[in-house]
Amino acid sequence: MVVDKTSLETIWAWLDQVPDPEIPVISLTDLGIIRDVAWQGDTLEITVTPTYSGCPATSIINLDIETALRARGIKKLSLKRQLSPAWTTDWLSDAGRKKLENYGIAPPQPAGGPQHCPHCKSPAVEKISQFGSTPCKAQWRCTACLEPFDYFKCI
Amino acid sequence: MNDPLFEFCCRMGDNTLVLGHRVSEWCGVAPVIEEDIALANIALDLIGQTQLWLGLAGEVEDAGRDADALAFHRDVWDFRNLLLVEQPNGDFGQTMMRQFLFDGWHLAMLKGLMTSSHDQIAAIAEKSVKEVTYHMERSSDTVIGLGDGTEESHKRMQDALNVLWPYAGEMFVSDNVDAAMVEAGIAPDPAALRAGFEALLADVLGAATLVRPEDDFAHKGGKNGVRHSEHLGHMLTNMQWLQRAYPDATW
Repeated sequence: MVVDKTSLETIWAWLDQVPDPEIPVISLTDLGIIRDVAWQGDTLEITVTPTYSGCPATSIINLDIETALRARGIKKLSLKRQLSPAWTTDWLSDAGRKKLENYGIAPPQPAGGPQHCPHCKSPAVEKISQFGSTPCKAQWRCTACLEPFDYFKCI
Repeated sequence: MNDPLFEFCCRMGDNTLVLGHRVSEWCGVAPVIEEDIALANIALDLIGQTQLWLGLAGEVEDAGRDADALAFHRDVWDFRNLLLVEQPNGDFGQTMMRQFLFDGWHLAMLKGLMTSSHDQIAAIAEKSVKEVTYHMERSSDTVIGLGDGTEESHKRMQDALNVLWPYAGEMFVSDNVDAAMVEAGIAPDPAALRAGFEALLADVLGAATLVRPEDDFAHKGGKNGVRHSEHLGHMLTNMQWLQRAYPDATW
Protein backbone atom coordinates (compact mmCIF):
# COMPACT_ATOMS: atom_id res chain seq x y z
CA MET A 1 0.00 0.00 0.00
CA VAL A 2 1.24 3.45 -0.81
CA VAL A 3 1.03 5.80 2.17
CA ASP A 4 -0.15 9.10 0.83
CA LYS A 5 1.34 11.87 2.93
CA THR A 6 -0.56 15.07 2.27
CA SER A 7 1.81 18.03 1.98
CA LEU A 8 2.20 20.18 5.07
CA GLU A 9 1.17 23.22 3.04
CA THR A 10 -2.16 21.57 2.29
CA ILE A 11 -2.65 20.63 5.95
CA TRP A 12 -2.01 24.24 6.99
CA ALA A 13 -4.54 25.38 4.38
CA TRP A 14 -7.11 22.95 5.79
CA LEU A 15 -6.47 24.15 9.34
CA ASP A 16 -6.91 27.72 8.12
CA GLN A 17 -10.51 26.77 7.33
CA VAL A 18 -11.26 25.56 10.88
CA PRO A 19 -13.00 28.41 12.75
CA ASP A 20 -12.37 29.28 16.37
CA PRO A 21 -15.41 27.85 18.22
CA GLU A 22 -15.99 31.03 20.26
CA ILE A 23 -15.11 33.64 17.65
CA PRO A 24 -15.95 31.83 14.40
CA VAL A 25 -14.94 34.81 12.24
CA ILE A 26 -11.27 33.91 12.73
CA SER A 27 -9.57 30.58 12.10
CA LEU A 28 -7.32 28.54 14.35
CA THR A 29 -4.30 29.58 12.30
CA ASP A 30 -5.34 33.28 12.50
CA LEU A 31 -5.37 32.84 16.27
CA GLY A 32 -1.79 31.56 16.19
CA ILE A 33 -2.42 28.53 18.39
CA ILE A 34 -1.28 25.90 15.87
CA ARG A 35 2.45 25.80 16.62
CA ASP A 36 3.57 22.98 14.38
CA VAL A 37 2.39 20.48 11.80
CA ALA A 38 4.66 17.54 11.05
CA TRP A 39 4.64 13.97 9.85
CA GLN A 40 6.14 11.52 12.35
CA GLY A 41 6.39 8.38 10.23
CA ASP A 42 2.83 7.84 8.99
CA THR A 43 1.27 9.84 11.85
CA LEU A 44 0.37 13.49 11.44
CA GLU A 45 1.33 15.40 14.57
CA ILE A 46 -0.34 18.74 15.29
CA THR A 47 1.10 20.87 18.10
CA VAL A 48 -1.44 23.19 19.72
CA THR A 49 -0.93 25.76 22.49
CA PRO A 50 -3.83 26.90 24.69
CA THR A 51 -4.82 30.58 24.71
CA TYR A 52 -5.78 30.66 28.42
CA SER A 53 -5.12 27.65 30.64
CA GLY A 54 -8.78 27.37 31.66
CA CYS A 55 -10.39 28.26 28.33
CA PRO A 56 -13.26 25.79 27.82
CA ALA A 57 -12.84 26.15 24.05
CA THR A 58 -9.54 24.22 24.18
CA SER A 59 -11.11 20.76 24.16
CA ILE A 60 -13.57 21.81 21.42
CA ILE A 61 -10.65 23.14 19.36
CA ASN A 62 -8.89 19.76 19.59
CA LEU A 63 -12.10 18.01 18.59
CA ASP A 64 -12.61 20.40 15.64
CA ILE A 65 -9.04 19.84 14.40
CA GLU A 66 -9.50 16.11 14.56
CA THR A 67 -12.90 16.21 12.83
CA ALA A 68 -11.64 18.47 10.04
CA LEU A 69 -8.57 16.38 9.30
CA ARG A 70 -10.35 13.03 9.50
CA ALA A 71 -13.00 14.33 7.11
CA ARG A 72 -10.20 14.98 4.62
CA GLY A 73 -8.85 11.46 4.92
CA ILE A 74 -6.13 11.75 7.56
CA LYS A 75 -6.20 8.44 9.42
CA LYS A 76 -3.37 8.58 11.93
CA LEU A 77 -3.38 11.76 13.91
CA SER A 78 -1.88 12.90 17.18
CA LEU A 79 -2.46 16.20 18.99
CA LYS A 80 0.29 17.54 21.19
CA ARG A 81 -0.16 20.26 23.82
CA GLN A 82 2.67 22.76 24.11
CA LEU A 83 2.73 25.29 26.99
CA SER A 84 6.04 27.00 26.29
CA PRO A 85 6.54 29.44 24.68
CA ALA A 86 3.24 30.68 26.09
CA TRP A 87 0.66 31.96 23.60
CA THR A 88 0.76 35.68 22.94
CA THR A 89 -1.60 37.89 20.98
CA ASP A 90 1.47 38.85 18.91
CA TRP A 91 0.81 35.57 17.10
CA LEU A 92 -2.60 36.76 15.83
CA SER A 93 -2.30 37.11 12.07
CA ASP A 94 -2.84 40.47 10.35
CA ALA A 95 -5.75 38.91 8.49
CA GLY A 96 -7.16 37.78 11.86
CA ARG A 97 -6.88 41.28 13.28
CA LYS A 98 -8.83 42.74 10.34
CA LYS A 99 -11.50 40.05 10.60
CA LEU A 100 -11.91 40.74 14.34
CA GLU A 101 -12.36 44.47 13.74
CA ASN A 102 -14.89 43.92 10.94
CA TYR A 103 -16.77 41.57 13.28
CA GLY A 104 -16.97 44.29 15.97
CA ILE A 105 -14.16 43.09 18.26
CA ALA A 106 -11.32 45.58 18.70
CA PRO A 107 -8.00 43.80 18.02
CA PRO A 108 -5.27 43.78 20.71
CA GLN A 109 -2.89 46.73 20.94
CA PRO A 110 0.45 46.84 22.76
CA ALA A 111 -0.76 50.05 24.47
CA GLY A 112 -3.20 47.88 26.42
CA GLY A 113 -6.47 49.27 25.11
CA PRO A 114 -8.32 49.46 21.80
CA GLN A 115 -7.06 51.92 19.18
CA HIS A 116 -10.59 53.00 18.35
CA CYS A 117 -14.23 51.91 18.41
CA PRO A 118 -14.63 49.01 15.94
CA HIS A 119 -18.02 50.45 14.89
CA CYS A 120 -17.63 54.21 14.38
CA LYS A 121 -13.79 54.31 14.57
CA SER A 122 -13.79 57.08 17.18
CA PRO A 123 -10.73 57.01 19.47
CA ALA A 124 -12.96 58.14 22.38
CA VAL A 125 -13.27 54.82 24.20
CA GLU A 126 -13.36 53.79 27.87
CA LYS A 127 -12.98 50.53 29.75
CA ILE A 128 -16.06 48.97 31.34
CA SER A 129 -14.35 45.86 32.71
CA GLN A 130 -11.01 44.10 32.42
CA PHE A 131 -12.87 40.86 31.70
CA GLY A 132 -15.52 39.84 29.20
CA SER A 133 -17.63 37.05 27.78
CA THR A 134 -14.62 34.80 27.07
CA PRO A 135 -11.19 34.65 28.76
CA CYS A 136 -9.56 36.44 25.79
CA LYS A 137 -11.79 39.53 25.86
CA ALA A 138 -12.47 42.67 27.92
CA GLN A 139 -15.48 45.03 27.80
CA TRP A 140 -15.11 48.57 26.49
CA ARG A 141 -17.49 51.30 25.42
CA CYS A 142 -17.34 54.06 22.82
CA THR A 143 -18.18 57.48 24.25
CA ALA A 144 -18.89 58.88 20.76
CA CYS A 145 -21.42 56.37 19.37
CA LEU A 146 -22.13 54.94 22.87
CA GLU A 147 -21.91 51.33 21.66
CA PRO A 148 -20.33 48.82 24.03
CA PHE A 149 -17.86 46.45 22.36
CA ASP A 150 -15.46 43.61 23.04
CA TYR A 151 -11.71 44.22 23.09
CA PHE A 152 -9.36 41.30 22.47
CA LYS A 153 -7.00 41.43 25.48
CA CYS A 154 -3.32 41.92 24.69
CA ILE A 155 -1.18 39.27 26.40
CA MET B 1 7.37 12.48 54.04
CA ASN B 2 5.96 12.02 50.52
CA ASP B 3 8.12 12.84 47.51
CA PRO B 4 8.75 16.60 47.97
CA LEU B 5 8.15 17.28 44.27
CA PHE B 6 4.71 15.66 44.50
CA GLU B 7 3.98 17.70 47.64
CA PHE B 8 5.10 20.90 45.94
CA CYS B 9 2.91 20.32 42.86
CA CYS B 10 -0.06 19.56 45.15
CA ARG B 11 0.55 22.79 47.06
CA MET B 12 0.51 24.85 43.87
CA GLY B 13 -2.49 22.99 42.45
CA ASP B 14 -4.48 22.93 45.68
CA ASN B 15 -4.03 26.69 46.09
CA THR B 16 -5.46 27.36 42.63
CA LEU B 17 -8.16 24.70 43.02
CA VAL B 18 -9.46 25.87 46.39
CA LEU B 19 -9.30 29.57 45.54
CA GLY B 20 -10.77 28.88 42.08
CA HIS B 21 -13.70 27.10 43.70
CA ARG B 22 -14.17 29.83 46.30
CA VAL B 23 -14.17 32.57 43.66
CA SER B 24 -16.60 30.58 41.49
CA GLU B 25 -19.09 30.67 44.40
CA TRP B 26 -19.75 34.29 43.33
CA CYS B 27 -20.99 33.19 39.91
CA GLY B 28 -24.50 34.57 39.46
CA VAL B 29 -24.59 36.50 42.75
CA ALA B 30 -21.84 39.17 42.44
CA PRO B 31 -22.82 42.83 43.08
CA VAL B 32 -22.82 43.83 39.39
CA ILE B 33 -22.63 41.79 36.20
CA GLU B 34 -19.14 43.00 35.19
CA GLU B 35 -17.74 41.85 38.54
CA ASP B 36 -19.63 38.58 38.24
CA ILE B 37 -18.00 37.95 34.86
CA ALA B 38 -14.57 39.06 36.08
CA LEU B 39 -14.72 36.72 39.09
CA ALA B 40 -15.88 33.82 36.92
CA ASN B 41 -12.99 34.47 34.51
CA ILE B 42 -10.47 34.51 37.35
CA ALA B 43 -11.92 31.27 38.72
CA LEU B 44 -11.62 29.75 35.25
CA ASP B 45 -7.94 30.71 34.95
CA LEU B 46 -7.25 29.23 38.39
CA ILE B 47 -9.05 25.97 37.62
CA GLY B 48 -7.15 25.75 34.32
CA GLN B 49 -3.87 26.16 36.18
CA THR B 50 -5.05 23.49 38.62
CA GLN B 51 -5.35 20.98 35.78
CA LEU B 52 -1.71 21.67 34.88
CA TRP B 53 -0.38 21.44 38.44
CA LEU B 54 -2.40 18.45 39.61
CA GLY B 55 -1.84 16.74 36.24
CA LEU B 56 1.90 17.08 36.83
CA ALA B 57 1.50 15.92 40.46
CA GLY B 58 -0.21 12.76 39.16
CA GLU B 59 2.63 12.14 36.69
CA VAL B 60 5.24 12.64 39.40
CA GLU B 61 3.42 10.32 41.78
CA ASP B 62 3.00 7.71 39.02
CA ALA B 63 0.27 5.85 40.91
CA GLY B 64 -2.49 6.17 38.33
CA ARG B 65 -4.12 9.31 39.75
CA ASP B 66 -4.87 12.14 37.32
CA ALA B 67 -5.84 15.76 38.09
CA ASP B 68 -9.51 14.81 38.58
CA ALA B 69 -8.69 11.96 40.95
CA LEU B 70 -6.53 14.27 43.04
CA ALA B 71 -9.14 17.05 43.06
CA PHE B 72 -12.18 14.93 43.79
CA HIS B 73 -11.01 11.83 45.64
CA ARG B 74 -8.82 13.26 48.37
CA ASP B 75 -10.06 14.29 51.79
CA VAL B 76 -9.29 17.42 53.81
CA TRP B 77 -6.09 16.11 55.43
CA ASP B 78 -4.56 15.41 52.01
CA PHE B 79 -5.04 18.97 50.76
CA ARG B 80 -1.94 21.18 50.76
CA ASN B 81 -3.38 24.64 50.09
CA LEU B 82 -2.65 27.72 52.16
CA LEU B 83 -5.19 28.53 54.88
CA LEU B 84 -5.77 31.92 53.24
CA VAL B 85 -7.43 30.54 50.10
CA GLU B 86 -9.92 28.33 51.97
CA GLN B 87 -11.29 31.23 54.02
CA PRO B 88 -14.94 32.01 53.21
CA ASN B 89 -15.73 34.73 50.68
CA GLY B 90 -17.29 37.11 53.21
CA ASP B 91 -18.46 40.27 51.47
CA PHE B 92 -17.14 41.40 48.08
CA GLY B 93 -14.42 43.46 49.75
CA GLN B 94 -13.15 40.47 51.72
CA THR B 95 -13.06 38.36 48.55
CA MET B 96 -11.02 41.04 46.76
CA MET B 97 -8.66 41.53 49.71
CA ARG B 98 -8.05 37.76 49.86
CA GLN B 99 -7.41 37.80 46.11
CA PHE B 100 -4.96 40.70 46.40
CA LEU B 101 -2.97 39.07 49.22
CA PHE B 102 -2.81 35.77 47.34
CA ASP B 103 -2.01 37.39 43.97
CA GLY B 104 0.92 39.22 45.57
CA TRP B 105 2.46 35.92 46.70
CA HIS B 106 1.34 33.91 43.67
CA LEU B 107 2.81 36.26 41.08
CA ALA B 108 6.18 36.43 42.86
CA MET B 109 6.28 32.63 43.25
CA LEU B 110 5.40 32.06 39.56
CA LYS B 111 8.04 34.54 38.42
CA GLY B 112 10.59 32.58 40.45
CA LEU B 113 9.34 29.30 38.96
CA MET B 114 9.85 30.53 35.39
CA THR B 115 13.56 29.74 35.78
CA SER B 116 12.93 26.39 37.48
CA SER B 117 15.33 23.54 36.73
CA HIS B 118 12.19 21.45 36.06
CA ASP B 119 11.07 22.12 32.45
CA GLN B 120 7.37 21.33 32.95
CA ILE B 121 7.19 23.54 36.05
CA ALA B 122 8.90 26.38 34.19
CA ALA B 123 6.38 25.99 31.33
CA ILE B 124 3.35 26.02 33.66
CA ALA B 125 4.76 29.13 35.38
CA GLU B 126 5.39 30.88 32.06
CA LYS B 127 1.77 30.25 31.06
CA SER B 128 0.28 31.16 34.46
CA VAL B 129 2.28 34.33 35.01
CA LYS B 130 0.44 36.10 32.17
CA GLU B 131 -2.95 35.27 33.66
CA VAL B 132 -1.94 36.12 37.22
CA THR B 133 -0.38 39.45 36.19
CA TYR B 134 -3.85 40.34 34.94
CA HIS B 135 -5.47 39.15 38.20
CA MET B 136 -3.02 41.26 40.20
CA GLU B 137 -3.78 44.38 38.17
CA ARG B 138 -7.47 44.05 38.93
CA SER B 139 -7.24 43.01 42.59
CA SER B 140 -4.82 45.83 43.48
CA ASP B 141 -6.93 48.40 41.57
CA THR B 142 -10.05 47.20 43.39
CA VAL B 143 -8.39 47.25 46.82
CA ILE B 144 -7.26 50.83 46.13
CA GLY B 145 -10.65 51.87 44.71
CA LEU B 146 -12.62 50.51 47.66
CA GLY B 147 -10.06 51.35 50.36
CA ASP B 148 -9.82 54.94 49.18
CA GLY B 149 -13.55 55.02 48.43
CA THR B 150 -16.49 55.85 50.65
CA GLU B 151 -16.47 55.70 54.44
CA GLU B 152 -18.40 52.42 54.23
CA SER B 153 -16.15 50.77 51.62
CA HIS B 154 -13.02 51.93 53.45
CA LYS B 155 -14.24 50.40 56.70
CA ARG B 156 -15.11 47.12 55.01
CA MET B 157 -11.68 46.86 53.35
CA GLN B 158 -9.86 47.57 56.62
CA ASP B 159 -12.04 44.97 58.37
CA ALA B 160 -11.26 42.48 55.59
CA LEU B 161 -7.52 43.10 55.93
CA ASN B 162 -7.72 42.68 59.72
CA VAL B 163 -9.64 39.39 59.38
CA LEU B 164 -7.35 37.92 56.70
CA TRP B 165 -3.99 39.16 57.95
CA PRO B 166 -3.34 36.22 60.34
CA TYR B 167 -3.58 33.94 57.27
CA ALA B 168 -1.08 35.91 55.16
CA GLY B 169 2.04 34.87 57.07
CA GLU B 170 1.79 31.18 56.11
CA MET B 171 2.60 32.08 52.50
CA PHE B 172 6.16 32.93 53.53
CA VAL B 173 6.90 30.07 55.94
CA SER B 174 9.51 27.65 54.58
CA ASP B 175 9.63 23.99 55.56
CA ASN B 176 11.52 20.85 54.51
CA VAL B 177 9.57 20.49 51.24
CA ASP B 178 10.61 24.04 50.30
CA ALA B 179 14.20 23.32 51.30
CA ALA B 180 14.25 20.28 48.99
CA MET B 181 12.83 22.40 46.12
CA VAL B 182 15.41 25.14 46.67
CA GLU B 183 18.24 22.60 46.76
CA ALA B 184 17.11 21.04 43.46
CA GLY B 185 16.77 24.47 41.85
CA ILE B 186 13.07 23.79 41.28
CA ALA B 187 11.43 26.59 43.28
CA PRO B 188 12.37 29.76 45.16
CA ASP B 189 12.32 29.84 48.95
CA PRO B 190 8.95 31.32 49.98
CA ALA B 191 10.64 33.17 52.85
CA ALA B 192 12.71 35.07 50.27
CA LEU B 193 9.51 36.45 48.69
CA ARG B 194 8.47 38.33 51.83
CA ALA B 195 10.48 41.53 51.22
CA GLY B 196 8.93 42.03 47.76
CA PHE B 197 5.48 41.38 49.22
CA GLU B 198 6.00 44.00 51.94
CA ALA B 199 7.00 46.54 49.27
CA LEU B 200 3.85 45.73 47.29
CA LEU B 201 1.74 46.07 50.46
CA ALA B 202 3.29 49.43 51.30
CA ASP B 203 2.44 50.70 47.78
CA VAL B 204 -1.09 49.37 47.47
CA LEU B 205 -2.25 49.76 51.07
CA GLY B 206 -0.78 53.27 51.09
CA ALA B 207 -2.75 54.24 47.98
CA ALA B 208 -5.81 52.53 49.48
CA THR B 209 -5.43 54.48 52.78
CA LEU B 210 -5.48 51.15 54.63
CA VAL B 211 -3.32 50.26 57.61
CA ARG B 212 -1.20 47.12 57.67
CA PRO B 213 -1.88 45.30 60.96
CA GLU B 214 1.10 45.35 63.32
CA ASP B 215 0.74 41.90 64.83
CA ASP B 216 2.33 39.32 62.50
CA PHE B 217 0.94 36.26 64.29
CA ALA B 218 0.33 33.68 61.56
CA HIS B 219 -1.95 30.63 61.55
CA LYS B 220 -0.16 27.65 60.01
CA GLY B 221 -1.05 24.12 59.00
CA GLY B 222 -2.58 24.47 55.51
CA LYS B 223 0.36 23.90 53.19
CA ASN B 224 1.58 20.90 55.19
CA GLY B 225 -1.96 19.63 55.78
CA VAL B 226 -1.53 19.39 59.54
CA ARG B 227 -4.41 21.64 60.51
CA HIS B 228 -6.80 23.11 57.96
CA SER B 229 -9.47 25.49 59.18
CA GLU B 230 -12.99 24.12 59.56
CA HIS B 231 -14.02 25.84 56.31
CA LEU B 232 -12.18 23.52 53.91
CA GLY B 233 -14.18 20.41 54.80
CA HIS B 234 -17.46 22.23 54.19
CA MET B 235 -16.17 23.51 50.87
CA LEU B 236 -15.07 20.04 49.78
CA THR B 237 -18.44 18.45 50.59
CA ASN B 238 -19.91 20.94 48.16
CA MET B 239 -17.14 20.64 45.52
CA GLN B 240 -16.76 16.86 45.64
CA TRP B 241 -20.31 15.64 46.25
CA LEU B 242 -21.01 14.47 42.71
CA GLN B 243 -17.84 12.39 42.41
CA ARG B 244 -18.50 10.97 45.87
CA ALA B 245 -22.13 10.14 45.22
CA TYR B 246 -21.43 8.78 41.74
CA PRO B 247 -17.72 7.81 41.66
CA ASP B 248 -16.05 8.36 38.28
CA ALA B 249 -19.25 9.66 36.70
CA THR B 250 -18.61 11.30 33.33
CA TRP B 251 -20.71 13.00 30.69
